[in-house]
Amino acid sequence: MTPPTSTTPQVGAGAAGTPGAPAAPGTAHALRVLPARHPWRWVATAVVAVLAAMAVNALVTNPAWDWPTVGQYLFSATILDSLWLTVRLTLVGTAIGLVLGTVLALMRMSANPLLKGVSFTYISVFRSVPLILQLLFWYNLAILYDRIGFGVPFGPQFWTIPTQDLIGPVTAAFLGLGLHQAAYFAEIVRSGFLAVDPGQREAAAALGIPRGRQFWRIQLPQALRIIVPTTGNEVIGLLKGTSVVYVMALPELFYQVQVVYNRTGQVIPLLLVAAVWYFALTTVLSVLQWAVERYYGRGSTREDQRLPLLVAVRSLRAARSRRAGVTR
Amino acid sequence: MSAGTDRRPVVHLQGVHKRFGALEVLRGIDLTVQAGTVTAVLGSSGSGKSTLLRTINHLEKVDAGLVEVNGELIGYRRAGNHLRELHEREVLRQRSGIGFVFQHFNLFPHLTVLENVAEAPLSAQRRRRSEVLPRARALLERVGLADKADEYPRRLSGGQQQRVAIARALALEPSLVLFDEPTSALDPELVGEVLDVIRDLARAGTTMVVVTHEIGFAREVADRVLFMHEGVVVEEGSAAEVLDAPRHERTRAFLAKVL
Ligand SMILES: Nc1ncnc2c1ncn2[C@@H]1O[C@H](COP(=O)(O)OP(=O)(O)OP(=O)(O)O)[C@@H](O)[C@H]1O
Ligand SMILES: [Mg+2]
Repeated sequence: MTPPTSTTPQVGAGAAGTPGAPAAPGTAHALRVLPARHPWRWVATAVVAVLAAMAVNALVTNPAWDWPTVGQYLFSATILDSLWLTVRLTLVGTAIGLVLGTVLALMRMSANPLLKGVSFTYISVFRSVPLILQLLFWYNLAILYDRIGFGVPFGPQFWTIPTQDLIGPVTAAFLGLGLHQAAYFAEIVRSGFLAVDPGQREAAAALGIPRGRQFWRIQLPQALRIIVPTTGNEVIGLLKGTSVVYVMALPELFYQVQVVYNRTGQVIPLLLVAAVWYFALTTVLSVLQWAVERYYGRGSTREDQRLPLLVAVRSLRAARSRRAGVTR
Repeated sequence: MSAGTDRRPVVHLQGVHKRFGALEVLRGIDLTVQAGTVTAVLGSSGSGKSTLLRTINHLEKVDAGLVEVNGELIGYRRAGNHLRELHEREVLRQRSGIGFVFQHFNLFPHLTVLENVAEAPLSAQRRRRSEVLPRARALLERVGLADKADEYPRRLSGGQQQRVAIARALALEPSLVLFDEPTSALDPELVGEVLDVIRDLARAGTTMVVVTHEIGFAREVADRVLFMHEGVVVEEGSAAEVLDAPRHERTRAFLAKVL
């Protein structure tokens, strides 16, 4: 390991006297700024590095982890199929949750007491019933209502369909996850909008900007700055939460590895297969979240957050036009 | 300097009342602003100056009285003996002819300076980019910020931000610009640069109503000065009349405090 100071360029090859000697008055311009020293950071780094090395060693050298078996199953067709179901559950759950959650949030913020009340009730019900319980309700919907009809409310029905045909286990899972997630997203979206300075809407209104445009162009992007990080967390939570649909015997990732190890007895390596995949998906989501956050964070700090390439191109162009201005 | 009677009134308020719950904030305001003139509104805190300004572009609904800008009733339509509230879309159209500059700038932080200025002409007036962008740049030049076009507002000083806000209000080519204490959120050394811009606008004949605590500025730029107290205009006249020879005791007490 290199000592921290070696990374900073030294003053005049150290010829200017002992470091730390008080500077003579009037030579302030010749002084160079050095970063503060942080010896404890190096200690902490060393401790963590040793612990990490121990962890890796424990993972690699213990044969019980059975890495060859992990490798054998990681890309097997059954596992990839179940992985795809997990991804679909996450995506559809998120999509339903976000759309319905946004509608619920807007209802909750509206001036209409009925819309407010409905939204409030929905959120409190779906937040208080455990997901697993809710999934079982959906799964067993056919017992409660054996046919679903479409027609005039409280009036005649034009056509009906057996519930079981319309809501199979996969649809039940989509609905269960999406409706559950919507209650949480609604609160996230609402807090995002509440965090936007009311002066923003006022300024937009004073400029005569149309209502829809006020929402999409002025309020939403600023609300998203608050919404995106929390939503990222929620989506990652949902990804892992999809494993509860095993109660409906749906072959998603977690259910599938259980099926396999019940057959072969290789419990640990198969759990490891699931863990590796969950980790990989979570990593992808985190990177996505980082990119989106960065996009919506633009202009939010005094630092320049634009991509370095863009800045370089801009300043180059500015310099060229300045030069053109001088020669003219 | 006072406006001649032959001139066209841009703002005309008649018996405007406004209450927030039990508190009556405006208690019968009459006000006429002639085209090309600057009206300064003075008054102690809570006297209703901001509320008055906000009723002119219908950010605040009035409880009684009429508000007209360029002869057009604002926020309502006359239907026989009634006033029928206009749809929001109509109100937004009316507002796009009136510039408003806020005390705290209220720039859109996620849009660049240029996008801030261009937003309303593009979306409220539905004009073409090729026409709007050069005009927006010209306005930034006019407030001395041509080189900040691609910057985000948070990276500007308060004075620069307020000048962007002025350019943004001017982008709609309004027939009237309203200022609500445009310099009171600024450090003292930044006040001058914003007042300079407003002074230039006055010289160019922009009709303005300015709520301000800058007495010196009001004396220099305003054609008319109003003094408000507890929701009524207690004194009104030329800058010299109101500021140098106040007749009302309230005005005298106020001026003694701020000067
Ligand atoms: N939205 C509102 N709801 C309730 N009361 C309000 C509202 N807006 C203003 N008020 C009250 O109305 C009164 C006048 O407010 P206004 O902002 O017009 O005063 P002002 O003369 O602009 O004061 P300042 O110089 O402090 O800005 C104050 O007492 C204020 O508390
Ligand atoms: Mg005010």
